[in-house]
Amino acid sequence: MTTRTVPTTPDLVRAALAGRRFNLVDSLLAGALLLSLLSSLLVLITLLADTVRTALPVFADRGMDFVTSSLSADPAKAGVLQGILGSLALTGFVLMIGFPLGVSAAIYLEEYATDNGFTRFITANVRNLAGVPSVVYGILGLALFVNLLGGLTNGRTVVSGGLTLTVLVLPIMIITTSEALRAVPGTVREASFGVGATKWETIRHHVLPIALPTILTGTVLTVARAFGESAPLLLAGALVTNFFQPSADASVVQLITDERYTALPLVVFNWARQPQEEFVQLTAAAVVVLLVLLLSVNATTILLRDRFEMKALR
Amino acid sequence: MRRTFLGAAVFSVAISVAIIVSLIGEAGSFLDKIDFSQFFADGWFPRRGRFQVMALIAHSAIITGVAVVLAVPLGIGSAIYLSEYARSGTRRLLKPALEVLAGVPSVVLGVFALNFITPQLVKRMFSTAETSNLLAAGLGVGILIVPLVASISEDAMRAVPDSLRQAAYGLGAKPWHVSLRVVVPAALSGIVAAIILAVSRAIGETMVVALAAGNAGILSVNPLEGGITLTGAIAALAIGSDQVAGDNAAFQSLFFIGLLLFVMTFVLNIISERVVRRYRQRY
Amino acid sequence: MTSRMPAQHLSETVDPQSSDSVDPDAGILVARDLTVHYGSFPAIKDVSMAVQPNQITALIGPSGCGKSTMLRCFNRMNDLIESAAVTGRLTYHGVDLYSPEVDPVQVRRHIGMVFQKPNPFPKSIYANIAFGAKIAGIKTGLDQLVEESLTKAALWEEVKDKLHESANALSGGQQQRLCIARAIATSPDVVLMDEPASALDPIATLRIEELMTELKREYTIIVVTHNMQQAARVSDRTAFFNVSVSDDGHRTGRLVEFDDTTTIFTNPREKSTEDYITGRFG
Repeated sequence: MTTRTVPTTPDLVRAALAGRRFNLVDSLLAGALLLSLLSSLLVLITLLADTVRTALPVFADRGMDFVTSSLSADPAKAGVLQGILGSLALTGFVLMIGFPLGVSAAIYLEEYATDNGFTRFITANVRNLAGVPSVVYGILGLALFVNLLGGLTNGRTVVSGGLTLTVLVLPIMIITTSEALRAVPGTVREASFGVGATKWETIRHHVLPIALPTILTGTVLTVARAFGESAPLLLAGALVTNFFQPSADASVVQLITDERYTALPLVVFNWARQPQEEFVQLTAAAVVVLLVLLLSVNATTILLRDRFEMKALR
Repeated sequence: MRRTFLGAAVFSVAISVAIIVSLIGEAGSFLDKIDFSQFFADGWFPRRGRFQVMALIAHSAIITGVAVVLAVPLGIGSAIYLSEYARSGTRRLLKPALEVLAGVPSVVLGVFALNFITPQLVKRMFSTAETSNLLAAGLGVGILIVPLVASISEDAMRAVPDSLRQAAYGLGAKPWHVSLRVVVPAALSGIVAAIILAVSRAIGETMVVALAAGNAGILSVNPLEGGITLTGAIAALAIGSDQVAGDNAAFQSLFFIGLLLFVMTFVLNIISERVVRRYRQRY
Repeated sequence: MTSRMPAQHLSETVDPQSSDSVDPDAGILVARDLTVHYGSFPAIKDVSMAVQPNQITALIGPSGCGKSTMLRCFNRMNDLIESAAVTGRLTYHGVDLYSPEVDPVQVRRHIGMVFQKPNPFPKSIYANIAFGAKIAGIKTGLDQLVEESLTKAALWEEVKDKLHESANALSGGQQQRLCIARAIATSPDVVLMDEPASALDPIATLRIEELMTELKREYTIIVVTHNMQQAARVSDRTAFFNVSVSDDGHRTGRLVEFDDTTTIFTNPREKSTEDYITGRFG
């Protein structure tokens, strides 16, 4: 048996308990870990600083003209307006179709479905869909919306692109909404059923209002994701070009249903591939516009969420 | 009401079916048209009928490798710091930085890889590097997946019960014992799942590689040279897809690569899910 | 086995039968006006008590009375809570545990701890026992240490054939004995136990109690318990803590009475002690 020696006189105890307050391994590790976290921050700052610095001459020379001009092969005239409009139209599709569809599917899975093989299959399927690379959704968009349903979508239009993005974000929408619904305590539902409410009344008046702020937060992130998405649009018919001109007499509806389109991220992509030096600045300027718009999408939806939150509390 | 909601849920299955159907049909026609030996020789030049898929896979693998080597230590390091070391104030301050980085569109990181990482980092360190190179693309993709690795790993570490940390401290552990010998091992499957998901994301990432890795169809294993990847090939075909359409092998190769990507990421996602499920049952 | 010479000369100078005659500064662990604040509110206030070596000292009292907070002062576990601040004096063999040159990590190696819920690491039984030694840099004699610690914790016979299987596969009672074995494997002087049997069934509880009685020959034990019968059964001395609630709802614990267990349970000095042990509140 080993000998247990326990110091008992104050001097021995003091010696045994004394330790270095400065611990080298711990300090080094904590430093290294903090450094790894700060490096992400550093990258972010570098990215923003480099982009803004490169873009500055464009905004200094042209101001809002850059934002309100159409695409052009002439770097001095080229602007991002068509990209912005295209992206807003695409986001509109995602919100109008993807949001209700995603929330509905989540309500089914969380509130109505019993835990059987079919439900588990759908849930697993949704999770896997969320992991499919976005470019693969582009192929789906090309095969389904552009080609197969070309009669309905008119081929390479905002409709095809919007539907493609909708399908892309749907799984994410379902997952975030499901999580929000799951976070609503079961006691809320029991209380509602207890006073004789139907399932739908319970969901409509009790579950959804509580879950709404979280659902909307998820929607912000999803819409932002759709807004910055570009790979699937390459396939779903968006133009990657220095110039295009919808017919001058096209109505707003026709612009959406009949004409070719592009999106802001694809304007960035296209300009980044141009050999001329001037386009480096234009690219950076377009990135600035993209990031500013993303930020405002986030900000608006957060404001919206806060208003709902207040309403739900009242 | 129930029916409506059920319909929406079933729609998600319809998407999966549509993806698989749309990929398999054309991918099959592609395989019919070409000779299998082409997969391994002569480069990737679809318009000239040369389909060395191996080159695409090799380039994708190199980029994914670089990305993972960058993102895994940074992501896990960030996660350990946020979960074990950061006081709540520091956490509130630093975590949003990762979230903002996660929200940066990939095309923006592509531009950053092309216009900053390549000239300012890669070319300064390696004068022989080409303007389009796999290394810069890999670094760009790596930056993109750091937040993913960090957030999933952090979730796994925060799921480790505090009683284990208390037990370790009670035995005279120092903070680094607790984080590296108790928390990280206990969260290991979650961390592994994060890495697998990150690999899956890196393989499927398109815009960064389309901008920074170039379109060279010749197989190259040198990270300082350019090379087209699986996703890059899809993007390249798509940009020219006005001309390439219909019943020709170049157009159909797009579906075959899409199918490859779908299967690869599908398998990786399933593996990661299995790993996660195992650790959830542990506590 | 060599027998250890604990600091008995300190306690033998006084009559251990009467608390009034006990030198308040004699004992292995001595608290003087110990106060712990969480944020700006005191969780325990002005506690003074002396713990004698090779005895089991029980801390009892209603919920929120600060007995667990008190326990966690003895091995500086309260240091892990950002907002906790300890004032007053707490000495271990005459050394101030909260003096700046004392390393809390070393304190915890001398004063081990067993928690309310069994908390084995999700590792093998062997790795659990060897953890303390490994982090202390001890690499040899681990096999012997594991066997010895498990034997002392009365678990060896049950697990000797599955040392390398996961500790999570053990029953609750076995897990708690494993945690005791893990705590004594670092060769502590004092073992703190925070309601060690509250999550266990009566039979497993009894085994833990027997084990505690065994262990006090070699260790000093301080145990927090909700279970008064348990305190009466196992402890030599009992400290009764009570709680006062301030106007704004903050709870502060105070030591009401500290005496031999038999005195506390048969002839308490304070009315509130009597009320508590006879089950009138708590």
